[in-house]
Amino acid sequence: MTAASPVAAAPRVQTPLKRFVVEFLDSRVAVLGLALLVLIVSSALFAPLIAPQDPYDLSKLDIMNGMLPPGSADMDGNVFWLGSDEQGRDLMSAILYGLRTSLLVGFSSTAVALAIGLVVGMIAAYAGGSLDAAIMRLVDIQLSFPAILIALILLAVLGKGVDKVIIALTAVQWAYYARTVRSAALVERRKEYVEAAQCLALPKQRIVLRHLLPNCLPPLIVVATVQVAHAITLEATLSFLGVGVPVTEPSLGMLIASGFSYMLSGEFWVSLFPGLALLVTIVSINLVGDQMRDVLNPRLQH
Amino acid sequence: MLVFLIRRIAQSAIVVAIMSVLVFTGIFAIGNPIDVLISPEADEAERAAAIARLGLDLPMHEQFLAFARNALAGDLGISFVHGVPAVQLVLERFPATLELALLAMTIAVLTGIPLGVWAGLRPDSKAGKIIMAGSILGFSLPTFWVGMLLIMAFAVSLGWLPASGRGETVEVLGVPFSFLTANGLKHMILPALNLALFKVSLVIRLARAGTREVALQDYVRFARAKGLSPARIVGVHILKNIMIPVVTVLGLEFGSVIAFSVVTETVFAWPGMGKLLIDSILLLDRPVVVAYLLVTVLLFIVINLVVDLLYSLLDPRIRLGGAKA
Repeated sequence: MTAASPVAAAPRVQTPLKRFVVEFLDSRVAVLGLALLVLIVSSALFAPLIAPQDPYDLSKLDIMNGMLPPGSADMDGNVFWLGSDEQGRDLMSAILYGLRTSLLVGFSSTAVALAIGLVVGMIAAYAGGSLDAAIMRLVDIQLSFPAILIALILLAVLGKGVDKVIIALTAVQWAYYARTVRSAALVERRKEYVEAAQCLALPKQRIVLRHLLPNCLPPLIVVATVQVAHAITLEATLSFLGVGVPVTEPSLGMLIASGFSYMLSGEFWVSLFPGLALLVTIVSINLVGDQMRDVLNPRLQH
Repeated sequence: MLVFLIRRIAQSAIVVAIMSVLVFTGIFAIGNPIDVLISPEADEAERAAAIARLGLDLPMHEQFLAFARNALAGDLGISFVHGVPAVQLVLERFPATLELALLAMTIAVLTGIPLGVWAGLRPDSKAGKIIMAGSILGFSLPTFWVGMLLIMAFAVSLGWLPASGRGETVEVLGVPFSFLTANGLKHMILPALNLALFKVSLVIRLARAGTREVALQDYVRFARAKGLSPARIVGVHILKNIMIPVVTVLGLEFGSVIAFSVVTETVFAWPGMGKLLIDSILLLDRPVVVAYLLVTVLLFIVINLVVDLLYSLLDPRIRLGGAKA
């Protein structure tokens, strides 16, 4: 989003992107959310470099360090800032690696669903007629069922696995984008600039790709931000229920689930801290999304 | 209206058919229930007998045809694990889920509407902002994690409320319900709160947005000019007009409460349909999974239809699709 084109740097030229950035920075809460998000994403990306321990490397784990409360140290003086789980795994490292899985699932399923929804929605808007009706009926039917139910059905069918969770979450989400793109494209294609482009006898694909598409993006970006948070929550929920990611690639939801039984005996940290990590991630995405919606909403623009 | 109904019912039938094919082929193609259901110590003869009894030796399409024929007669097979008809098993668990969902919806309405109206009347006040921040938090918190925190706070640390099960039940017309006994109600509080959390946030948002819009209308200004008390303006003029979107969304969300009870029931070991589904998925008890899904899909179709019809009754401006002529 900070990738401003070099042209935009010229003074007094107010590009939409620049206006967007300025208006976005208007809200302190949103900036805080964005900063947190950048921190979270980068710590997930660089988890192998910053994590005190490789939680997957079983040879590094010592069962003697099992269930250490937060802040305690082992015999070699290594401090477990967030405590350890029953296998002596450092919880902070587990959370950093778990974030990778959670974010991977959240972002990739959203990206694929966005691409599918974009294509399908554009086709529906541009083709019109019975194809449009058929696509939108399918979208309506799918959206009348809650996402978690559809995801559960798909995972009951597909089985466990990171790739399968991504497939299920993509299938759950595409309909939102298709609907959003279609309604945006229907509004935009009646506008004068499209008519002007048509008068210039520009090829149809150029009109769609260069004129229509960029103008349909703002509402889509808003939906996508909120959906990333949804996808991450949904993945955590599915993994908690035991139908999501496998034990070998634990996500935050998985970590929370495995700490659940210890919670009842007072060893709260095993599932409290992954839960907090999940919460902060989702809240920061939602804060960014809320501000984007306000900035990009044409009805609120002055 | 009639055209609309016929079209919707036809559409629903297609949805049910597609779902059943999808669920059946998917579930029956993946995983091998023989390994799970038949004891490894069983000898060849026992295995063969069990496979024949469960119908697992037939080709896939024959299994499906038999399944479809029986499904139309309301028979979705016998649970591999429990040995009773799958539909019966799901329907037996339904009252527990239903009462939990209804209590959650009641909590959502009783807390969400007053908070939302309050925030809508004074959007810039401190209380209004706190309420909105709370609703954003309510949207962000994962249901299962909140459930665990509730258990940790009220069951483990304070020891006020029980953390699992249904407690004592009373039979009404042969169906057990928990909300009629003090002990059962105590068991319901935490799961219902947990299930309600997301809906409270939703109702707050709807009520707030509605109130902000309605409060600026001429008829509200007129009512104020007439000298009506603020309580009457809010209670009659505003509340009545924000109810249409709230009722519609709640109607549609009722289905999602039932779907989300899968999570809450798992956390609180509440013996409803949702917990049954998860247990059955993990045990590869295919008839029960299929029965749950088909029962839920049917439930959804009925709920959506009823909400659409109610919507047109509540707001005469809405014309149902299909009446184009």
